[in-house]
Amino acid sequence: MDPRRPPRTVPDPKVRHVGFFAPGADAPPPPDRSNSAPPDPLSSSPPAAAHLTPPGTSISPVMIPPPRHSAAPLSPRRRDSFIVGSYSGKRFLDVGSPTASTASATDDWALPTSADSAWVGDTVGAGASSLPPVGSAAMIAKGLASSVPATAGLTAVSNVHRSAGVSGKPSGAASKVQGDKPKQSKPLKEKTTKAERRALQEAQRAAKAAAKGVGGKASVHMSEVVLASDVESVEVPKAHFQRNDIAAVNEKKVIDRQLEKDRKKDVPQPRMQYDDKSRVEKAKKRAVLKQTEARNRVELFRHLPQYERGTLLPDLQSRFFQLDPVHPAISKVGFQYLSGDISGSNARCIAMLQAIREAIIDYSVPPGKALVRDLTSKIGSYVSFLIECRPLSISMGNAIRYLKNRIAKLPLTLSESEAKATVVADIDRFIHDKIILADKMIVKHAVTKIRDGDVLLTYGSSSVVEMILLHAHELGKQFRVVVVDSRPKLEGQLLLRKLVGKGLSCTYTHINAISYIMHEVSRVFLGASSVLSNGTVYSRVGTACVAMVAHTFHVPVMVCCETYKFHERVQLDSICSNELGDPDVICKVRGRDEINFLDGWTNGNNLQLLNLIYDATPSDYVSMIITDYGMVPPTSVPVIVREYRKEQLWI
Amino acid sequence: MKEQTTRAMWWRSPSFILDNRQQQPNDTARGDALSIPLSSPLPPSTTMADPNPNPNPNPLTDKISAYYQTRAAHHGVVSSDWLAQAQAAVGHLPEADDDASNNDQGAPSGKPFSVIDEFNNWRKQPDLAEAVAAIRALAAVIRNSQATTMMELEIELKKASDSLKSWDTTSISLTAGCDLFMRYVTRTSALEYEDFNSAKTRLIERAEKFGEISYKARKIIAMLSQDFIFDGCTILVHGFSRVVLEVLKTAAQSKKLFRVFCTEGRPDRTGLRLSNELAKLDVPVKLLIDSAVAYSMDEVDMVFVGADGVVESGGIINMMGTYQIALVAHSMNKPVYVAAESYKFARLYPLDQKDMGPALRPIEFGVPIPSKVEVETSARDYTPPQYLTLLFTDLGVLTPSVVSDELIQLYL
Repeated sequence: MDPRRPPRTVPDPKVRHVGFFAPGADAPPPPDRSNSAPPDPLSSSPPAAAHLTPPGTSISPVMIPPPRHSAAPLSPRRRDSFIVGSYSGKRFLDVGSPTASTASATDDWALPTSADSAWVGDTVGAGASSLPPVGSAAMIAKGLASSVPATAGLTAVSNVHRSAGVSGKPSGAASKVQGDKPKQSKPLKEKTTKAERRALQEAQRAAKAAAKGVGGKASVHMSEVVLASDVESVEVPKAHFQRNDIAAVNEKKVIDRQLEKDRKKDVPQPRMQYDDKSRVEKAKKRAVLKQTEARNRVELFRHLPQYERGTLLPDLQSRFFQLDPVHPAISKVGFQYLSGDISGSNARCIAMLQAIREAIIDYSVPPGKALVRDLTSKIGSYVSFLIECRPLSISMGNAIRYLKNRIAKLPLTLSESEAKATVVADIDRFIHDKIILADKMIVKHAVTKIRDGDVLLTYGSSSVVEMILLHAHELGKQFRVVVVDSRPKLEGQLLLRKLVGKGLSCTYTHINAISYIMHEVSRVFLGASSVLSNGTVYSRVGTACVAMVAHTFHVPVMVCCETYKFHERVQLDSICSNELGDPDVICKVRGRDEINFLDGWTNGNNLQLLNLIYDATPSDYVSMIITDYGMVPPTSVPVIVREYRKEQLWI
Repeated sequence: MKEQTTRAMWWRSPSFILDNRQQQPNDTARGDALSIPLSSPLPPSTTMADPNPNPNPNPLTDKISAYYQTRAAHHGVVSSDWLAQAQAAVGHLPEADDDASNNDQGAPSGKPFSVIDEFNNWRKQPDLAEAVAAIRALAAVIRNSQATTMMELEIELKKASDSLKSWDTTSISLTAGCDLFMRYVTRTSALEYEDFNSAKTRLIERAEKFGEISYKARKIIAMLSQDFIFDGCTILVHGFSRVVLEVLKTAAQSKKLFRVFCTEGRPDRTGLRLSNELAKLDVPVKLLIDSAVAYSMDEVDMVFVGADGVVESGGIINMMGTYQIALVAHSMNKPVYVAAESYKFARLYPLDQKDMGPALRPIEFGVPIPSKVEVETSARDYTPPQYLTLLFTDLGVLTPSVVSDELIQLYL
């Protein structure tokens, strides 16, 4: 139906040859690997090269290298049968490169092989040669081939063929070295130097990369190298051959690193697990703020940060002027997070973005640094400061990801001021498009679901739900609102105040009465901190309870959430990722000092106080998610996430 | 990108399973014959001035859902009782007269081209779904357009589509078909062509393609669903759906052995009509009254229903009674299959039964009903997605949740 679902082509049939075989006879036709390869720059190699590179069979783990070949001058036909399908671009290269054609046609095969062994001899004898990496690569390949042919990739296998071929043909200068080659290979492998180990790794990596079907490009590259490298005059074909080897290895290495990097980028960083001692220690060293860990940590939630409350703010304030790397706007926002002055994921996200915006306006590139890199790391440090103040919400994480993405994509030609202006404009656009406009769209959609005579229930205080209710009231719809609230935050009161102020008729109740009040409710509107890709709604603790009760009473539950808060993670419970609030607030009641039964008990070992901030509502209890893209069922969240990310890449 | 997303919905359409030898030539020929040539250019605004030239000459039945009028006309089940009920249903509706006045000015003759006329022409063929008729009519709008800029053409098309939609607001497939047509045809890179004529040609091409896909949809669905009908199975069907009939016909023609239970389909007895059709095909049929569904459900292997509209949640809006059949089938673990063309995918998201525009339909009880007794005249209900097993559409066999994926792709 579209690009998002790649055609389910059957990948190359895996033909596994065991024992001896002549590939010319029964090898499958070389399939076009570029189809099945991931869409990387490599697959765009010229078709000719791709075609000339028989893949697949070369790395068959069970392939046994053919034994000795008696015929000394290998006729081209014989050579074909002898290659056993193992090939990167080498044969192609031999044939195609001008030097190879100038070399004696009968022996272009033998020459490189003897070269190989000669190099082995060199390395063994002298330890270092004029071209050490070349020698070691070849040698390592050999060592691999003889000891562990299964893991050896393309280069290794092809090397061993050559040497095998030559060893049956005692001629040329290198023959005496070849004689004891099999014996050497093992001890050699054991006393590898660092460089050699690296070469080994490279060879293995190269093998892997080749297995992924990137051989085509490598071979093209190699032939270029051949053309360019007529400098070495000692033994032209030999030098060429081995240089090609290295070139191939290097090329593949670079490619492979890029792939790895891309992969790393794709996978979101796992959250820090606070029960992992070594990582916590490391994080502590880096930390700007010193937080003392709570004494009685809740066992089930050890992986979440649990700090003593109340110590941080005074400490921070006293050290305000020493906190060097943090911009004042950022530290201000951080303190506001810490003290709870800003809460609600939209408000927090906007505050953070505006602080970063200010910081960027005041930012100047230090001499000798690139803006893109320095700014990214700067923002990284701001963010880690904010995390220490309060763990990031998912919406903030998404916003930061967007911002870093934008910075990384800045054209290098921009001057500093232009770049800054671009980034600032990006931030403004994000706030405007993804939050403010998105809210407007949500309100527009949600209002259509409010009918006259409805009783709407909401829980806590969600900015979007508030806008929806007020807008519906402005439209003159007749409805009643039930605001359900819960301790300790009692955020619903704020919402209630605004609604009553506008003249809506409201009922205020606490979450314990939810099963009573649900009888008369016709719609439930909930806000969300995030919606995860299995449709789970991650929201203020208590939301799941409200949604479940509503579901039991067959009352439709509508979750209002902007698309920028969607996350591709999947979460099944509220335990593995959550935030813990101050445990003290749940055992004390503001303004009622007589409730002091727990005074002095909180430090005992057999009492653990758990103040969860969020919970996860399974998608079964959600009838509809209202986003800026419209009203979607919870099953369609992955589609939105996918489309949204695509769009973000295109902005 | 826009083109990609818009194309997304149909580009994988499994229309390949049809050998398109038969329809194409006839189709285009018919299309040309029916599209009335434009003699004098009129500005689009006047053309669309009266969006409601109601086709039905009988003013009494005006406020009954036009969709069901059409169906009734096609099915030949209009009776005197029906009309009496219709009158009663109209009685307490507020804007009855306003529509009647519309009706008076609705038939000025000599008008060069009107999308409604075109639509009505197409609609006369009982085999052609209303939405397909609308799609063909809209394609004709593009063809006959005198617009000279893309903007003009788009506005004209928009007006035509709006007037079609307002012709019958209760028909979900009509609205959805028009919306999808607009989306599919106009959201293309063709709009960026320099040359207006080539852009217009492109639009016409797309429109024809869309019409073609929609027309073939029923056959595609019939082919796709054959895998699900096995020998010796018992199928329960509800109401009269042309897609379901096509499915069963194809199965019968491919020599499958199966038995069909038809519900009566009160009040317009559409089930009777289906059972007649099936009897002609020599398929063993048993008629049930609507309330005997649960009684016979344990003999049933699968439930086949059509749909008036498929909504974003993946649920369907269909003839009254579908929901309860789905509930019964669900509780007895019988699969419920829905056969619906993709032009019925509507951007609606009902939360419950009352959360949609009502389509009213008169009900004959055979005996006079006292005026104090209220009659539920709603013609359709909403079946939530959790009670449906699979949807057979011309896009393929889908689970209910894919519907919203497709719609998101198209409308994003």
